[in-house]
This record gives sequence, C-alpha cells and structure tokens, in this order.
Amino acid sequence: MDELIHAFFNWPILKESMPLLIQGLWVTIKLSFFSIVFGIILGLILAVLRTLNVKLLNFFIVIYLDFMRAMPLLVLLVFVYYALPYLGITLKPYPAGILTFTMISSAYVAEIFRSGIEATPKGQMEAARSIGMNYFQAMRFIILPQALKIVIPPLTNNSINVLKDTSLASVIALPELLKQAQQIQAWKANPTPLIGATLLYLLLLIPLVKLANKLEKRMSPK
Amino acid sequence: MIQVKNLQKKFKDIEVLNGLNFGVSSGEVVVIIGPSGSGKSTTLRCLNRLEEPSGGHIYIEGKDIMDPKANLNKMRTNLGMVFQSFNVFPNMKVIDNVTIGLIQVKKTNKLEAIKIAEEMLIKVGMIEKRDSYPDSLSGGQMQRVAIARALAMQPKIMLFDEPTSALDPEMVDGVLNIMKKLASEGMTMVIVTHEMGFARDVADRVIFMDNGFIVEEGPPSQMFSSPQHERTKSFLEKVL
Repeated sequence: MDELIHAFFNWPILKESMPLLIQGLWVTIKLSFFSIVFGIILGLILAVLRTLNVKLLNFFIVIYLDFMRAMPLLVLLVFVYYALPYLGITLKPYPAGILTFTMISSAYVAEIFRSGIEATPKGQMEAARSIGMNYFQAMRFIILPQALKIVIPPLTNNSINVLKDTSLASVIALPELLKQAQQIQAWKANPTPLIGATLLYLLLLIPLVKLANKLEKRMSPK
Repeated sequence: MIQVKNLQKKFKDIEVLNGLNFGVSSGEVVVIIGPSGSGKSTTLRCLNRLEEPSGGHIYIEGKDIMDPKANLNKMRTNLGMVFQSFNVFPNMKVIDNVTIGLIQVKKTNKLEAIKIAEEMLIKVGMIEKRDSYPDSLSGGQMQRVAIARALAMQPKIMLFDEPTSALDPEMVDGVLNIMKKLASEGMTMVIVTHEMGFARDVADRVIFMDNGFIVEEGPPSQMFSSPQHERTKSFLEKVL
C-alpha cells in the first residue's frame, strides 16, 4: 500500500511538480483556444463558400475536407513538424501544433456548419433575397444566425475533441500538459506527475462535457 | 409597369412555362388562377427572378431584368413578395423583421427605419406584437408581418404567392382584407390564389393558366360568368 501511495500519490512530488504542470495546462489552454477559434473561422468560410455551388471550387473544398477527415491527427502532426523541414518549411512546435489542429478541426466544423445551413428552410434565403439582400447579407443576417443555433451542441463537442487531441502535441516537444508531466516523471523517476496531469485534464474537461450535455438537451425537440 | 415577353421556364426537359406574354399596368390588380402544376407560382417567382427563367424578357418599369447587367438586388426592392409559407425570420423580433431590409439594403438610418416599420405594422394590425418573436405568432399573424416586411421597402409592385393557402380558415379573411386595402390604395399587385371570391371582388383582371400556357384572361365579370374556353369552364365549375 505504501508503495502504491509512494508511486502514484506522492504528495511532496505532486506539490513540487504543480507549478510546472500549471504551466503545461496554460499551454494546453492556449493551444486549444487558438486551434478551436481558427478551426471555426476556417470551417465557417469553407461551409459558406461551398453553398455557392461553384463546381471547381467545391471540387477542391471536398478534396480538402475528405483528406483532413481521413488523416490521422498524429500522422499529420508528425508530418508537419518533422517532414516539412525537408521542403524548407520549418515550423516551431507552437505554430506546427496550431496549424495541424486547425486544419483537421476546420474539416469537421465545415461539415457541422453545412448541416446547419442545410437545415435552415429554403424559404428563408428566398425571403431575404426578395427584400433585396445580396447573398452574403442573407447568409450573415438570416441564415447563419439560425444555423448557429442548431450547430452549437456539435460545435461544443468538436471543441472538446480538439482540446483532448492537443495532448498529441507532446510528440513534437510542445510543452503542453502531458509533455510537462512526462518530463517531470522522467526527472523524478515517479509517475505521480502523470496523476496530477490527469486530474487537471479532468478538471478542465468535465465541466465542458457537462455543458455539451446541457446544450444538447436544450436544443433537442421537446 | 410589368411587361412579360415570351417567358419560358424549363426544369430539365420539362417545359413549365411555354412562352408567356402578358402585362400589368400601374395600379392594376391581376389575379392568376389555375390548377396545381399549371405554372402560376413559377410565373410569379420569375417576375423577381427567384426562379431563373430559361428564356424571354421581363420588363419592370421599362427595364429588362433579364439583362445580365441588371441590378437584381435593387430591382427586388421595387417588388415586394409574400410567400405561401410566410418565411418570416424566426431569429429576430417582429420589428426587426420589418426594419432589416431598410437598414441593410436601403441603408435607412435606424430611427427612420423603425418609424416606417411601425407605420407598416399598424397598417397590418400587428403593432402590439412589435417585440414578439415569430414563434409566438399564429400563421395569420406571421403572414401579416411578412406583408409589413415587404411593404416597408416601399415597393411599386407587390407579388403574392398563394398568401392564404397555408392559413387556418379563420385567419384567411384578415390577410385578404389587408390585400383589399392595399388594392384600394392603388398598389400594383400580382396575386396567385385559390380564393375565387377574392379574385372576383378585387381583381381588375384574371389570368387563367393551364399546363404552362395562358389559356384566357379578362375582367373577373367575364371570366367567372362567361369563360370562353372549355378548359376554363371545367376548372371554374370544379372550384366555384
């Protein structure tokens, strides 16, 4: 028993490693925040462009979306960080991570927004155009506000996934929460910091999961 | 006001409109009747190019709106449209439904837009619902808001696409009365409807369509009492 406590719940080590873990948590939060925000912006642009029904443009958008949804995140991350330098593109861990997470997330976000836009009745666009709005005004003032209401729950779920996936950035030496924990673990020769990291992840994510549940319930038809 | 020349519409290989010719003069109320699938709604929707015609010309106040250089958005502010399914914007309050076109399209300043919108809501009897959201309104109320939204743009012509077909029977008269009032004020109107009583009372001219053709047109007195064509007769016998 004592051994177990010494290995996994070593209070002095936990206390000592906390400041570094908090630093890692902060990196995780920043990394997630930028990836989620950029992913939503790029996904929204792709979804709206796709509704224009320009054949050639949609051809390329669909290739991008299929590619990003088929691509294992870790493979893309390793590719961006370790392979692109051979093409003369060397990215620091931070931008490489944000770029990868943004690209993959944007593909899912684009599909989420597309379903939201398609769920808005066709007559809404017609009514908006009939009072003289141009296509983008109709999108901005009429269609997207209605679509947004529908897509908030799936968008929240996608954001949770992005946040969880940022732990993969530990393989490109990005000092996020998991990477920090592993480093302290190696240095102290004790796995307690991993327990600390786990607790911090759960502390961050459980409220978000609860929020997603709540939003889903609120949006589902009575 | 409106001149339609050889208007054609094809959906894939099916001819929906077979070269229609008709005109609407200023202040005239024209009602288009006919069986379902005869092309009435398609004709109306071509007039503001919500439906893209396959051929022909449509002149609104002398300007050909089929001209590739025509400014569609500007043209549409002159043509108010009312839909069968209302299409009020559920994401905004009644008042914002009516001001949004003024503010975003006509760039009217907000106070002025609200003034115009309130005037229109009074006209359609919906001012007490000014700050409600559409989901709390009945169908008839939504349609009246939709009419106010179209009127707020101060259009020269109003297009009505079966405005009462989706309404509960007790709501129909309220909407028809507003349309009558508009007609008496001299608004140019093109109306697709199944309300034959309304057509008889309010129309200056009735157009009967079947199979993408205009079979016959004339003043309601003539159309309803002594139609010239067999097809018109048999249709009117069924609906009257």
